[in-house]
Amino acid sequence: MLSSYPILSTLVWLPIIGGLLVLFAGRNNDTVAKWLSLAVAVLTFVLSIPLWTNFDTTTAAMQFEEKVEWIPMFNIYYHLAVDGLSMPLVLLTTFTQVLVIASAWDVIKERVEQYMGAFLIMGGIMVGVFVALDSILFYVFWEALLIPMFIVIGKWGGPRRVYATMKFFLYTFFGSVFMLISFIYMYYQSGSFAILDFQAMQLGMTVQILIFIAFLLAFAVKIPMFPVHTWLPDAHVEAPTAGSVVLAAIMLKMGGYGFVRFSLPITPDASMTLDWLVIGLSLIAIVYIGIVAMVQSDMKKLVAYSSISHMGFVTLGMFVLYDILENTGSLQGAQIGMEGAMVQMISHGFISGAMFLAIGVLYDRMHTREISAYSGVVNKMPWFVFFAVLFSMANVGLPGTSGFVGEFMVIISSFKANLWFGTLAALTLVIGAAYTLWMVKRVYFGPITNENVEQLSDLNKREFAIMAILAVAVVALGVFPAPLMEVMHTSVENLLVQATTSKL
Amino acid sequence: MNFVIPSFAPAIPEMVLLGLISFILVADTFWSKRYQFATYYATQITLVVVGYLILSSFATTQVITFDGSFVRDSFADILKLFTILVSLGIFVFSREYLLQHKFYSGEFFILGLFGVLGMFVMISAHNMITMFIGLEIMSLAMYAMIALRKDYGQGLEAAMKYFVLGALATGMLLYGFSMIYGATGSITFPEMAKVIASGNVDSVVLSFGVVFVVIGLAFKLGAVPFHMWMPDVYQGSPSAVTLYLGTAPKIAGFAMLYRLLEEALPGLVKDWQSLIIMISILSMVVGSLIAIVQDNLKRMLAYSGIGHVGFMLLGVIAATPEGYSASMFYVIVYALTGVAGFGMIVALSKTGNEFDKISDFAGLNARNPWLALMMLVILFSMAGIPPFIGFWAKIIVIEEVIKAGFTWIAVIGVIMAVISAFYYLKVVKAMYFDKPEDESPIETTSSGSNWAVSFFALALFVLGLVPSSLIDLCYQSLKVM
Repeated sequence: MLSSYPILSTLVWLPIIGGLLVLFAGRNNDTVAKWLSLAVAVLTFVLSIPLWTNFDTTTAAMQFEEKVEWIPMFNIYYHLAVDGLSMPLVLLTTFTQVLVIASAWDVIKERVEQYMGAFLIMGGIMVGVFVALDSILFYVFWEALLIPMFIVIGKWGGPRRVYATMKFFLYTFFGSVFMLISFIYMYYQSGSFAILDFQAMQLGMTVQILIFIAFLLAFAVKIPMFPVHTWLPDAHVEAPTAGSVVLAAIMLKMGGYGFVRFSLPITPDASMTLDWLVIGLSLIAIVYIGIVAMVQSDMKKLVAYSSISHMGFVTLGMFVLYDILENTGSLQGAQIGMEGAMVQMISHGFISGAMFLAIGVLYDRMHTREISAYSGVVNKMPWFVFFAVLFSMANVGLPGTSGFVGEFMVIISSFKANLWFGTLAALTLVIGAAYTLWMVKRVYFGPITNENVEQLSDLNKREFAIMAILAVAVVALGVFPAPLMEVMHTSVENLLVQATTSKL
Repeated sequence: MNFVIPSFAPAIPEMVLLGLISFILVADTFWSKRYQFATYYATQITLVVVGYLILSSFATTQVITFDGSFVRDSFADILKLFTILVSLGIFVFSREYLLQHKFYSGEFFILGLFGVLGMFVMISAHNMITMFIGLEIMSLAMYAMIALRKDYGQGLEAAMKYFVLGALATGMLLYGFSMIYGATGSITFPEMAKVIASGNVDSVVLSFGVVFVVIGLAFKLGAVPFHMWMPDVYQGSPSAVTLYLGTAPKIAGFAMLYRLLEEALPGLVKDWQSLIIMISILSMVVGSLIAIVQDNLKRMLAYSGIGHVGFMLLGVIAATPEGYSASMFYVIVYALTGVAGFGMIVALSKTGNEFDKISDFAGLNARNPWLALMMLVILFSMAGIPPFIGFWAKIIVIEEVIKAGFTWIAVIGVIMAVISAFYYLKVVKAMYFDKPEDESPIETTSSGSNWAVSFFALALFVLGLVPSSLIDLCYQSLKVM
C-alpha cells in the first residue's frame, strides 16, 4: 500500500541527501556531479507523481501524513502532510527542479558540484516548506532555504551580486522573524506549535491584527508585494538563470502559500478588517509595477517586474472574498477568486520559469540582456523564438495558455467584489500586453542590426527538450485546467469556510 | 565545640583536578626539558579523568557539603561536563598555535587547568565566599595567560586592561556581597533567600547590594554598559587565549548568575529584573550595531559575544526555572559555537599571520572548501539561522521572554538578530565571493585542529537537527531542584 510509505519525507530528504552527496562525490569531477544531480532530480519528480495519482479529491483533510515527535519538551513534531492547496505546489517544485538542473548543464563551469548540490538541497527544502504542518518545522525549512540561495546568487551571479544577495537575505530574514514571534506567541496561548491547532484556536481582535501584520510582513516580502518588492529585481538581475527560475517559479509561491495556510485561516477577522490593505497593495502592484516593467531596458528586469505584477493577482484573488461575501451574500464568486489565485501561482511557476530560461538561452550566447542589443533573432533561431513567443503570449494571458485561466478567474471575481477592483485588475491585460509584446517585437523580430545576432545558433537538443516540456505544460494547463482545479476544489472550499468563520 | 567532618565525596572531581594540577605543575619542570608535549597530554588526560569522575557519579539530587559552601547537583554537573568538553577543544587548538607562534610552554596548559578549577568552584559555589574564591582562581589564571607571550606588546596591554578592569569588577561584586551580608547576616545562598523572604531586612542596603552585585556580574559577563574591556582584550590577546576567554568562562559566568539571582536573591526579583532587562536590551543593541563596523574578526566576535550575552539574559528575565533552563541551553550552545569560531581562527593562524581579519578569510572557499563550509555552519549558527543549533538557542529564550509577558523585548531581540545576521554574512561573503590575495590552498596548523574544527562545527549542525536531547538535559537539570 502506498500510504504506508513515507512519500513526503522521501521528497524532502532524497534531494537534500543527494545534494550533499553531489558536494562530495562531484568534487573535481563535473560529469559525475551533473549526472548524479539529474538522476536525483528526476527520481524525486517520478516519486512525487503518486501524490497526484493517489490524491483523494473528495476531502479537505490532510493526506500522506507523517508525524514523529521531534522536540517533545515544546510539543514540536516532525509533521508532514499535504492537502489540495499544497500538493500542486509540491509537484511544481519537483518538476521545476529537473528543468533547473538540466538548464545549468553546460552553462556552469566553475565549482559545478557546489552549484548542483545547492539546487538539489534547495529543492528538498522547498518541498519541506509546502508539506510541513508544524509551524517550527515550517520555519526551519523557510529560513534554511535562504542559505543555499544566498550562496548561489553571490557566487554565480552578475557583477552586483554581492549587493543583491545581501539585500535578498536581509529583506527576507527581516520579514520572517516576526512570523516566528507570532508562532511562539500562539504556542504560548495554545500549548502547541501545530499549524492546524493554530487554525482552530480563538484569538482576540488586537492579537489577530498584530499577528496578521507579522504574517503580512513575512509573506509580503517573500511574494513580494509593493513596497517591499525592491529586493526582487536586484536578486533576479544578478542571479544565474537557474537561480532566477527557482526564485520566480517556487520561492515567490511560498509567500502566496503563507497567506492561504496562515493568514486567512488563523486570523480571519483581522484579514477581513485589513483586506483593503492587501487589495490596495495588490492593485498598486498590478498597475504601477506593470508600468514600471514597461520602461525596463534589461529583459530580466522586465520579467522580474512582470512577476511582481502577476503576483499581485494572487493576493488580489485571495483577499477579495470578504467584499464578495458582503456584496452578494454568497461565497460562490469568492471560490473562483481563490482558485484563480492558486491556478495563477502554478501557472506563473511555469511561465516565469520558462521566460527566465529563454532569457538564459539568449544570455549564454550573447552575454547581454539588454533589449537594445537584440533584433531579428527569429531569423537565426526560429525554434527558440517559437517557444519564446508562446511563453510571452502566456505571460500576457492569451486564452489557451495557462496564464489566461488564473488571471481571468481573478478578474471575474474582483468585478463581483467591486467594479473598480475589476477594472484596475483588467488593466493588466493592456499593460502586460504592452510590455511583453513590445519586448517581443524589439528582441525577436525586425531586421538583424547587430552582427553578433548574425552568429546565433538555434536551440540544441537539451534546450529544446526543456522548452518543449514547459510549452506542453503551459498549453495543457491553459486548455484543460480542470484536473488541477479538481485537486484544489475541496480544500479551497474548506479554506473559505475557515476564512469567514469569526474567531472572536 | 564539636567538629563534624564534612562529606568530601561531592567535591572529588575538584579535588582530583587540583591534585593532578599540582602534580603536573611540578612534573612540568622536568618534562619540559625532555618531552615537549608531555604537559599537553597530561592536561588532556586530566580533563578526561575529571570528566569521567563527574559522569560516573552524576548527581541526580542536590548534595550540599562543607558547611553549606559547596553544592553538587545535575545543573552543576552538566555545566562542568560542557566546560570540560569546551576546554578539551581549546587545548587541542592551542597547542599548534603556541608552537607556530613560538611561545609554547607547559604553563599555558597548567594555567588553563587552574582556570577550569576556578570555573568548577564557581559553578558549585553555594555561598558568597566560595563563589568569590572560584572567580578569583579563574581570573588570576586568565590574567597570566594573556600576558604569557612576553614579546607581544598588544598582549601585555590587554592583560593590563583586563587586570585593572577585572579588579574593578571584583571590587564591585565584593562590595555588593558585603552589603547583602550586612543586610541579611548570612553568606549562604538559601539562608540569604530565607532572610529576605521573611522581610526583616534593611531594604535600602539590600537594594544597593543587589545593584552592585548585578554590576559585578555584568562586568564579568561583558554585558553593556560594562563591556568596554571585551573587544580590546579579545583583540589584544593571542588568539589561543581569546579562544579561552571567549568560551568556557561564559558557562561559569552563567552559573554564577544563576546561583546568585535564583538561589540567593529570588525574593528581590523586582529589584534585579528591571536591571537585567536594561542590560539585556543594551547588550543586544550595542553588540549587534557596533559589530557591523569591525574588520577584525576577533573584535567582531567580541561584540557579537556581547550581543549573545544580551540574548542569554532574555531567559533570566523570565526568572522561572524554564527561563533559566533556556539561558543555560543558550550559554552551552554559545560556548560550543565560540570554540568552533575562535578555534577556526586559531587553527588557521600561522606564523606571521594571526588570520584574524575578515579579509584573511577572503576566498577561503577556493582555498579550502571544507573549512569554508564549516565556517559557514558556525557563522549561520551564531546568526540563529535554522537548521543549526544557534537557532534553537534563540527561539527558546525568546519563547521564555514572551511567556513572561515581555513580547516587546522579544521584538527588539529579533530585530537585533536580523541586524547581526548582516555582519555574519559579511564573513560568509568574504569566504565565498571575494577573491583571495593568496590563491594557494590553505590547511589548518595540524590535523588535530582540522578534526576539532570539523567536530565542533558538525556538532552544531547535528544538534540543530536533533536538539531535543540537549534541551531536555537543561530543563531536567533545573526542574529536579
